Amino acid sequence: MLRGILKSAAAVALLGGVINAAEIDVKIVNATGGTYFTPLLVATHAADVSLFQSGETASDALQAMAEGGDISSLSSDLDLTGAMIAENPAGGLLAPGAETMTTLMSDTQNTTLSIVAMMLPTNDGFVALNSWTIPTEPGTYKVQLQAYDAGTEGNDEIVNGGGAPGVAGIPADPGGNAGSGATGVEAVAEGFVHTHRGVLGDQDASGGISDLDSRVHRWLNPVATAIITVQ
Amino acid sequence: MIMKALYLAGSLLTAGLLLGGCGGDSDPSETAMYKVTLTNLTYAQPMSPMAVVLHQKSYTLFDIGSSASVSLEKLAEGGDNSILLDKADTKDEVTAALGGNGLILPGATDSLTISGVNAECISVASMLVNTNDAFTGASCIDISTLKKGTQSSMTLVTYDAGSEENSESAGTIPGPVGGGEGYSATRDDRDFVTVHNGVITVDDGLADSALSMTHRWDNPTAKVTVERL
Repeated sequence: MLRGILKSAAAVALLGGVINAAEIDVKIVNATGGTYFTPLLVATHAADVSLFQSGETASDALQAMAEGGDISSLSSDLDLTGAMIAENPAGGLLAPGAETMTTLMSDTQNTTLSIVAMMLPTNDGFVALNSWTIPTEPGTYKVQLQAYDAGTEGNDEIVNGGGAPGVAGIPADPGGNAGSGATGVEAVAEGFVHTHRGVLGDQDASGGISDLDSRVHRWLNPVATAIITVQ
Repeated sequence: MIMKALYLAGSLLTAGLLLGGCGGDSDPSETAMYKVTLTNLTYAQPMSPMAVVLHQKSYTLFDIGSSASVSLEKLAEGGDNSILLDKADTKDEVTAALGGNGLILPGATDSLTISGVNAECISVASMLVNTNDAFTGASCIDISTLKKGTQSSMTLVTYDAGSEENSESAGTIPGPVGGGEGYSATRDDRDFVTVHNGVITVDDGLADSALSMTHRWDNPTAKVTVERL
């Protein structure tokens, strides 16, 4: 009986074209063993909006996120499109193995979900879920997130504090496992966004080719999982 | 011969269920039978006899970011599924827990049939034996909507149990490459489960590694198929 009433109510709502909003709970887990995520940007947005496209040149806003963890430009770009945005749900870095949670709404306009954050320590690597179509059926969905390379900076693997767009080097290793004094991996900015090929690293903390530690800072995809509950 | 006998027994059981006549796929209190098949997709990482657990959602075999149970540690470090299966069997939220038929060599497949009532998930784990504590598996493949006579497949990635340092030295790798120690009670790594970042190997400059580049892998490392019989 109750079900019947609810059904009719839903039918009326659909006919009226008013209510098509759903609450979306997003849990994000850093699945790596030694890579941190800078403040995450999570958003539901229109299907014709995307933060990046593999094979295409990164936007300045994406570059700022991927090289230095600055999500402000990406966020304001999204805001202009009417997206619903959750900034920095973890309140800072999301450590290896750690998780964070946020809640957003989807509606008739904002039907896709994106998640991005820089991966530290990398030159311009970032974790992303790119324009994932939010299912209309309520339920819990588990998705795997891959690592991308923004293609805006050469992956020299030198930790020198360089985080501003266009400045070479890696801002920091929050885990404190990076070395110093590396000669650097010879690398150029690739010019387009692509699946990250991973970092090289070495086992020389005070020299070698890379400041990264191959035992700690390498990863294999997926680098994160997202558990998405559509209410 | 044995296989045939088992097959016949299986047919009888199925027939029995059909005669039982309740028929509804969605009735969780009815006994459901699942065939679980694991295929090793790696080049040179034999996988230990798989552990398969049929259970409700309240049971968790492993969770990224959480510390591995001692029984999972024993599987991941030494390839021994017996403790994990025994422990699982004692839990109310576990319907059944079974071990595979043996080592699953690269390219090979192993299957088992598991059955019971009120199950929502199937979880699987198997060690990559030429590692310190890497395992492939799945924590809760949702079978609650799987209809009789249908199947579901997915690929699996490799996880790091996080319970043993990835030294890659021969003495710490129980597989044929190392012939070393399996389980050790010491926890000398980060102590939470992650997606494994791969092995370095001697060919990539880890001087003490017993592994060569042939032991590297990329994800996915295994494929699992669950068929509801």
